[in-house]
Order: sequence, then structure tokens, then C-alpha cells
Amino acid sequence: MAQVPVEEGVFTWPSDEPRLIGSQCTECDNVMFPTQSGCPKCSSSSTEQIELARKGTLWTWTIQGYPPKSPPYAGNDDPKTFEPFGVGYVELAGQCKVETRLTENDPEKLSIDMEMELTLVPLYTNDDGDEVMTFAFAPTT
Amino acid sequence: MSTDDVAIVGIGMHQFGRSDLSGMDQGVVAVRAALADAGVEWSDMQFAFGGSAAAGKADTMVSKLGLTGLQFINVSNGCATGGSALFSAYNSIKSGMFDLGIAIGFDKHERGAFRVDNSTWYGKSGMALTTQFFGMKINRYMQQYDISTEALDRVSEKAFRNGSKNPMAWRKKPMSLAEIQESRMLSYPLRQYHFCSPAEGGVAIIMCRADKAKQYTDTPIYLKAAAVRSRRFGSFEVMAPHLAPEHGDGPTIDASKAGFEMAGMGPEDMDLAQLQDTESGAEIMHMAENGFCEHGEQERMLAHGETEIGGRFPVNTDGGCLANGEPVGASGLRQVYENVLQLQGRAGERQVPNNPKTAYTHVYGAPGISGVTILAR
Repeated sequence: MAQVPVEEGVFTWPSDEPRLIGSQCTECDNVMFPTQSGCPKCSSSSTEQIELARKGTLWTWTIQGYPPKSPPYAGNDDPKTFEPFGVGYVELAGQCKVETRLTENDPEKLSIDMEMELTLVPLYTNDDGDEVMTFAFAPTT
Repeated sequence: MSTDDVAIVGIGMHQFGRSDLSGMDQGVVAVRAALADAGVEWSDMQFAFGGSAAAGKADTMVSKLGLTGLQFINVSNGCATGGSALFSAYNSIKSGMFDLGIAIGFDKHERGAFRVDNSTWYGKSGMALTTQFFGMKINRYMQQYDISTEALDRVSEKAFRNGSKNPMAWRKKPMSLAEIQESRMLSYPLRQYHFCSPAEGGVAIIMCRADKAKQYTDTPIYLKAAAVRSRRFGSFEVMAPHLAPEHGDGPTIDASKAGFEMAGMGPEDMDLAQLQDTESGAEIMHMAENGFCEHGEQERMLAHGETEIGGRFPVNTDGGCLANGEPVGASGLRQVYENVLQLQGRAGERQVPNNPKTAYTHVYGAPGISGVTILAR
């Protein structure tokens, strides 16, 4: 089965060591995700594309305990087979905090400040039979 | 210019919850009730500001209320729609442009969590949910300030108890701590009965120049402040794929400061408050963000019943969003409606004792806006 990204330009693809693609303000160095053209910190209109750090720490988190409405959700929204998934903000040192799915969905195994690393996870299978991939952070320990 | 130059002289509401009426028609019911309360006719209205998030353009309701040619401006500002309509009405009178007018909010939402209009990777991947934001914000806050899950349960218990005393509320059945604690986990650490639900309803508020208020009512309530603020850099808001590395104050803190400054009052001067309680954690955080306590103090205040109707500082006396549900366009005006009743001594079974003189409202919503009002009699 071939794999395709959920959207071009969100993370490096294809890549064994994926990275999120963001923007950095050329005036004040503020880092944003995903890419955007203006800077919310200094109001500059000049930003350039950068690859974000692969590792960071968990800033806060929750568990998505019910299927999100579809659309827009593209994953499994069948209440009978839906598996809760973690969502959090991972702080990338010196860059920004990115909102992300987490590979872990057990509250006992998640804690603020734990070390995390970027990975890609299957989201759904599209009409062409391709596995559509999105990004998630996984605990490193 | 006097600081008492805008008065509320009439209020009307269509019950919150589920209705066979369209959202717009619930707004019309609220308007007619407000006109009756003030003893005026629709043809007396010189202007209107109104809005809904999901139930159509407010100005089309003139076809049912009367084609009088008044200035009618639609307001669309998410959860602050009602607050923005009120702010605009306030300024229209304060500026001297008009003497008498109305702010209207109504809505009607489908069942279940709010559907997010985001077809990019963000929505597709299962993010972009308001419930996730609230779970993540309170989860960090609880750890930072040592708030227990029991505090969350107590907020819900209070909301449903107050709702049971409110004939206009959606959920009128009190709920035990155990029932709340056993409800389904939706967005850790928040359970089903910690969350409000999208709902339906309508509210209308008639305002006039303060020096003319006694023509309409013996008990005018003065609008001392109305302020709306959007988010600043570094704040932690709903629907944000990234946050800044540094932390800044959120729009609630800014709107609250602006409101108190406008009124020339402080948190210590308020007798009661209606605070945005999309979920019970939000009420806890908003108590501190609006200046009514220090971060972390909420645990003790809730355990001692200080925010109950008979407590030191009653919060969400009508049951809040938790017992009333959230019709986005009407929610902020529901808070004002409740405060007017409380200040006029008309709140019945849920009346705050000892003749409260001042009351505060606060709404919060996507993508990071807050609206505050301060009323006094």
C-alpha cells in the first residue's frame, strides 16, 4: 500500500526523520506553524520557510475521548470502533509550541514536561487505496 | 458627561434549550418580551444591533417585527456576538446619536459538539476541536495551581442546582457529585457533565439615555462598562495550531481590566458575576482571570460554597452555560439578562440575598475573544 501525506507542505515528505515545516519571521525571528505569510508578533510581512525541531517536551495534553465530527475529521469516526487519541502541545525549544496528535492515549502514561519526538501515523485509507499519513508526537522513553 | 449615561430599561428572553421555532423566531419572541418589559413599541426603537452564529442574519427579523426603517446592523463576533451588539448599542447611545435602541442575540445549533469548518490537515487530523482546547488548558492549570477534579465536579453540581431554580434554563434537574464523576470522559480531565452543550435561545436588551430611563421603568439598571478584547501575542487560545514560546495575558484579562477601568470600579466592588463556563474548568480559570481571586484559591472557595447563590460571591446564578446550553449568539446577553433580574430583585427562587447593587458578566470564545459588562443599579 502506498503512503501519502494528509497535505503537502505540513511536514517533510518522504522522510525517514520527518520534520514539521513552519515559518520564521525575517525581522524578529518569531517561529510559526504551519507556514504563514505575516508575523503576529511584530506585524512584519516577511517570513521564510524553516524545518522545525524533531524533539521537544509536552507542554499540556488531553485525550480525545469521542469521535470528532466528520467532516472535517478524516479518521475513523464510527463510535463502535473509535479509539481515543491523545492531543497536546509540544514545546520545541527556542521555536514554538505545536499542537499535535499524540501516539499515547493512556492518561497514566502522559505527563507535562515529558520528552517527545515527531513521527508519522496512519489516519485513513483514501479512495485510491493509499494510506494517508498525518503527524504525531511520541514519548521517547 | 455622567458615567451613568446608558440604562437598561427592558429585557426579554426565549427559553434556552431545544425549540420547534427557528433561531430567528426565538429572537423575535425575545424582542417582543423586551418591548413589553419596557412598555414600548417596536416602532419606538431607533436602532438595533443583532446577530447569530448559525441562525441567519438578524436584520431580516424586521419583516416580522415591523418595517419601521430603523438602523439595523448585523453583528457577527463568535461567542462575543451578544456582547458586541451590547457594546455597539452602548456606544450608539453614549455618543448622543440615539436615545433608545435594542441589542439582540439568538441562535440554533445542531446536536453534539460544534462542527468545525476546517477542511485542512488540521481538521482532517482530528484537531481543531474546542473541547480539546478546554481539556488542555485546564489540565495544565490544575497541575500549575493544584486544582483537583473534585473542584470541577463542584462547579457542575452548582450549575445544575442553580439551573433547577431557573424556569428559563434548559437543564432543570439537579445532579449529584457522583453522577457527574461517573459521566463519560470526553476530553481528559473533563467529563460529559463538565461540558455545556450547543443549544438554542434568544435574548434582547433595550437601552436608553440614562436621563430618560424613568419614563420606561422604576428600576433602571445602568450599564457602567462594556468591553470586548481579542487575543494578544503569547496568549493560549482555542483553535491554535501553534502557540508562541513566551506567555502573554489572554483576552479575558485584558477585557476585564478595560471594563473595570471604564466603570471606575474593581473586582472587590462586584456583588455577583456570570462567567463563561463552557466547561467547569473555564469557570474556575475565569474566576481568577477576571480578578475575583488568586490562581489556586478557587479550590477552597468552591469547597466552602463561596460562589453559591447564598455565598460570599455568587457565580453563574442562572446555571450558566452548563445548565442553559450555549446558543452562541445569545449567550452573552443571557448573562446580562440574569444580572438585570438579580439587580432588580426579580430572580425569584435564585435571588441573591441582601439586595445586590453591582453585577459582572464575562464571555469567552473562539478564536480568542472576551467580552465583559458591568451593571449597577
